[in-house]
Amino acid sequence: MRLTEQEQAMLNGEFGPGFARAMRVLVGIGKAFGAQRMVPISRGHISLSNQEGDLWFVSQMLEEGAHCRVPPTVNPAYDYEYFKTVSQLDGENERILKSTIDVYRKLGAVLTFDCTPFFENNVPRFGEICSFSASGGAVYVNSVLGARSNREAAQSAMCAAITGVTPEYGLLLKENRAGDVLIRVEADAATEYDYELLGYCTPKKMGQAYHQPVFEGLSPQTTAEQLMNLGTQLNVHGIVPMFHVAGVTPEAPDVETAFQGRKDYPVVTVTDEDLAQARREISAGAGKADFCILGCPHLTIGQVGSIAAMLEGQKLAGQLYIFTSTSTRELARRMGYLDVIHAAGGEIVINSCVDQPCWSHLNGMSGVTESPKCAYYTKRWNMAFTVKSIPACIQSVLKGEIVE
Amino acid sequence: MKEEKLLRGDPIAGGTAAGEVLVSADPINFYMVSPEKGTIIEKNHALENQVIAGKIVVFPIDKGSSVVQMDGLYQMSKFGNKPAGFVVLDLSTVLVSNAIIMDIPLIRMGQADYGRLCTGQRVKMDGDSGEIVFLT
Repeated sequence: MRLTEQEQAMLNGEFGPGFARAMRVLVGIGKAFGAQRMVPISRGHISLSNQEGDLWFVSQMLEEGAHCRVPPTVNPAYDYEYFKTVSQLDGENERILKSTIDVYRKLGAVLTFDCTPFFENNVPRFGEICSFSASGGAVYVNSVLGARSNREAAQSAMCAAITGVTPEYGLLLKENRAGDVLIRVEADAATEYDYELLGYCTPKKMGQAYHQPVFEGLSPQTTAEQLMNLGTQLNVHGIVPMFHVAGVTPEAPDVETAFQGRKDYPVVTVTDEDLAQARREISAGAGKADFCILGCPHLTIGQVGSIAAMLEGQKLAGQLYIFTSTSTRELARRMGYLDVIHAAGGEIVINSCVDQPCWSHLNGMSGVTESPKCAYYTKRWNMAFTVKSIPACIQSVLKGEIVE
Repeated sequence: MKEEKLLRGDPIAGGTAAGEVLVSADPINFYMVSPEKGTIIEKNHALENQVIAGKIVVFPIDKGSSVVQMDGLYQMSKFGNKPAGFVVLDLSTVLVSNAIIMDIPLIRMGQADYGRLCTGQRVKMDGDSGEIVFLT
């Protein structure tokens, strides 16, 4: 790998041990994947996890004098001030959270605590080279925005933010961005929830050997929320750093372009029966809906508005938590949605991810969510989830029992 | 101890390690471990309940999200239960970064040499040269 004079100086420790460590990780990745050189990044996003290993790594970087030359946005942990009013929080967890926030701030990260940076605060343009960790973020910027990022680890994205460069390999190169399998959608995918089901069942149907599906047959009016849901769920049971939707995403004006002229791709068909099967697998469940958690990934203002419309003048039987970004909550307040949701007994929570140690008050309870990812990643917390569409989730938590 | 026979792969993360080989037929998620016991805890995994602490772990590739595996390896390290080395067929960005950060030597091997590694063998690996030597 050829390094510039400055990159070599960083590697040699002339910028201090933190920059040297960061460059060592990036050079290692570059060598592993056959990169010829480093390229500058203009944006980064880090899947902050608020776990001890996360804190250990960033603390070491800070102690060794590193700081971010390209300030990255970060994923959510949990809103301590809010959750201490509704749950019982553990003292050691409080220490880890507060230290994590402090260290990321000192390293120069932008504390957005939002998993949809591609909608606000960190929106790359077509072709822009960035380093996004968080599988849902990386897949969105590649697929929907046409920006170029590999599917980074939290730590490799931090190293790129610190040094300002990333090795040039994988999805940074145009020839690696072609599709490798055609997904012919014969199913009628109409709602946001249908796109979640499509994202859930596609990896199972295409198998582990393929990672860049090209979808054919989806509506030209496919929405940003639908594409976000598709990308996020594709990465729960699969590894999909990029997908194409023919006639919708920027590198796929048509199927042929998405495959960059290759013709030997396999074809997989997704039918209504496949979506129905996915629905049966993840949405089976009856009984109580003690709580409802929505917003994995964080909901948009449009989604929050539609929820408020469903709750107008109603009273919730169960607990409702809606996760979104700081600015979306502020917008919801301004629009009157927050008052409606509060009046019904629900809450809009910011800075938070469902996979965090803030749910002891729901121990042993049953709830609903719109997100297969949420249901999958929360298996280590003592609460049970049934996955339903957002309207069905709201109807369920209004009644306190799961409805279709 | 006499050193004989040599395998060669791509050196990915530096450092040397010696120990017993443990081969996994399945990809490994290093979050699904018991840090205290140094074992794999994923249900129905090829290595379920087996100790990976101190072993040269041979597996096709890792799996799991962008961040959690780092925590698993950190926790194992905290309890003195870190694997000694990794030999893989395929690489992910996550595995490469984690191996370098956690100082675990990592070598990528071609299918033929990879297939010569069997559970129970004692080997010495060099993550800087990509060499694996059988110890007898």
